[in-house]
Amino acid sequence: MAGDVKKIMFTVRKPPHGSIYVYEGLEVKLIMAAYDADISVVFLDDGVYAMKAGQDTSKLGIKGFEKTYGVLVDYEISKVFVDRQSMEERGLTEEDLLVIGEDEETEEPVRPKMIDSAEIAAMMAEQHNILCF
Amino acid sequence: MLHTVNKSPFQNSTLESCLRFVRPGDALLLLEDGVIAAAAGTAKSGLIEGALKKNLSVYAIDADLKARGLTTLTKGVQVTDYAGFVDLVEKFTMHAWL
Repeated sequence: MAGDVKKIMFTVRKPPHGSIYVYEGLEVKLIMAAYDADISVVFLDDGVYAMKAGQDTSKLGIKGFEKTYGVLVDYEISKVFVDRQSMEERGLTEEDLLVIGEDEETEEPVRPKMIDSAEIAAMMAEQHNILCF
Repeated sequence: MLHTVNKSPFQNSTLESCLRFVRPGDALLLLEDGVIAAAAGTAKSGLIEGALKKNLSVYAIDADLKARGLTTLTKGVQVTDYAGFVDLVEKFTMHAWL
């Protein structure tokens, strides 16, 4: 039934913590991961801040989501990308990104992959659905 | 792809972001405050002028244009209604740039 697997992309454009969008988006991703869908996640604009390592929300009195994003790969969500221009505009590099799991074979930490807008646009064109958070 | 933008280009950079990810043949629908981008002769008109040059079909919802008194639009912008919106949704995969 491989042909029936839906390709679903999540785009995250909002910064974390100022609104509930990023958190809700994460919840939806984890729910969708329970279904047989081909999921990809793209962080762009201020959304790239959701992938920044070292988020400490304790003083805000909220749970935060770095730990949950840290196990995305365990939920079989490993197609996780950040937009290069959004990163560069904010002075961020791949080394600033949080770990989303570990490689099944090498056990190396997995981080979101930085790609260009043209690659993202090409991936968008292949999707059945795109959900924006 | 159908891209929808509902924010004014004077309010934030949503439209500019969207335009980085469009491909030739895609459609862009402006709605709600997004229709402000369709107005001719503004400091932000160049965004839509550039999009049209990149072989993008640009639509704006008439109810939102009328509500804002926007009658002078950048040449090439197609005015549509909610039925037209539905037709676009039927034809393309949609990404709402919220």
